[in-house]
Amino acid sequence: MAGQLKEVRNRIKSIQNTQQITKAMKMVSAAKLRRAQDSILQMRPYAQKLQELLSNIVSNSEGELGMDLAVQRPVEKVLLIVITSDRGLAGAYNSNIIKLAKTAIREKYATQASKGNLTIWGIGKKGYEHFAKNNFNVSDTYKDIFLNLTFEHVQAAAQAAVKAFEKGEFDAVEIVYSQFRNAATQNFVLEQFLPIPKVEKKPGTNNVDFIFEPGKAELITELMPKILNTQLYKAVLDAWASEHGARMTAMDKASDNANELLKALRLSYNRARQAAITTELTEIVSGAAALQG
Amino acid sequence: MNLEILTPEKKLFSADVYGVQLPGVDGLFEVLDRHAPLVSALKAGQVKVLKDKSNHLAFFTIQSGFVEVIHNKATVLVEGAVPVEGKS
Repeated sequence: MAGQLKEVRNRIKSIQNTQQITKAMKMVSAAKLRRAQDSILQMRPYAQKLQELLSNIVSNSEGELGMDLAVQRPVEKVLLIVITSDRGLAGAYNSNIIKLAKTAIREKYATQASKGNLTIWGIGKKGYEHFAKNNFNVSDTYKDIFLNLTFEHVQAAAQAAVKAFEKGEFDAVEIVYSQFRNAATQNFVLEQFLPIPKVEKKPGTNNVDFIFEPGKAELITELMPKILNTQLYKAVLDAWASEHGARMTAMDKASDNANELLKALRLSYNRARQAAITTELTEIVSGAAALQG
Repeated sequence: MNLEILTPEKKLFSADVYGVQLPGVDGLFEVLDRHAPLVSALKAGQVKVLKDKSNHLAFFTIQSGFVEVIHNKATVLVEGAVPVEGKS
């Protein structure tokens, strides 16, 4: 009887310890999530203005502007940029991204993959490790962006992708990542990075007579890589916020589950303790009765 | 006129100023109050924010970027910029 009691007591203690960890992780994630959301808000004015600038130039010019980065080529070589997290314990976050990437490979790029013309750049350790283990053609150059998340590092990755596209090393580049909705929901997406989707002209939105320096074509050539840098940076920030959101939710659930488990264990502990006391009492009483009788 | 300097990481500067000196790809130029609408590419260099004709407010070292001037508001978009301290 006493042995069983001790066992239950030990389990209660171990669950309490685990719960302490999950609670702490939840707090940490909540704080990091706030910071990640802040950086998204901070970059938004820049990204919006950049888009505005582009549509200003495009709306103000006549005819097609030669954009090398928007050329559609027959897709023979593909690059997938898969953004996952560095650490686990974030619920189904990483496995959902990997699943989406694999679906894309199977359904969209099966022929390229079978010829070995599919390359994956893993941003974040989890995705990289998974694809490396499963014998995909995966590069680890940008694996560690999350260790030190600055625009500069992301910019380097984006520019490398642009250069490779220009040289014809890839005919299409897509990003797999999770868009941030709120702490509880992520939106897993496959987003086209290169070639750049055509920019629509907005007739009549801008009649301002701009002075363009140097020329419109040169400006667009300058602008395009910057927009791509921003696009990848936004994706990475979104992924970062999503990761912490997912972890926060997962840890919150884990803490709740621990609470439930503790409740059930405490109940059975008290019941066993009561039973032990009752047995002991009965023994004493019947012993005394036997002495008297 | 109003001047804003934006980077992907944060809004670096926002205030009403007398003018601003920018490193255009074709050479240094200055934007003053009521400048005509302009879009220009910038190369790496220094941005000088002017408080009045001869005094400056702040210096920034920038990487390449763009400036847009419209409705008496100048927006400088750069990918990286650091304030330069203690320069007179």
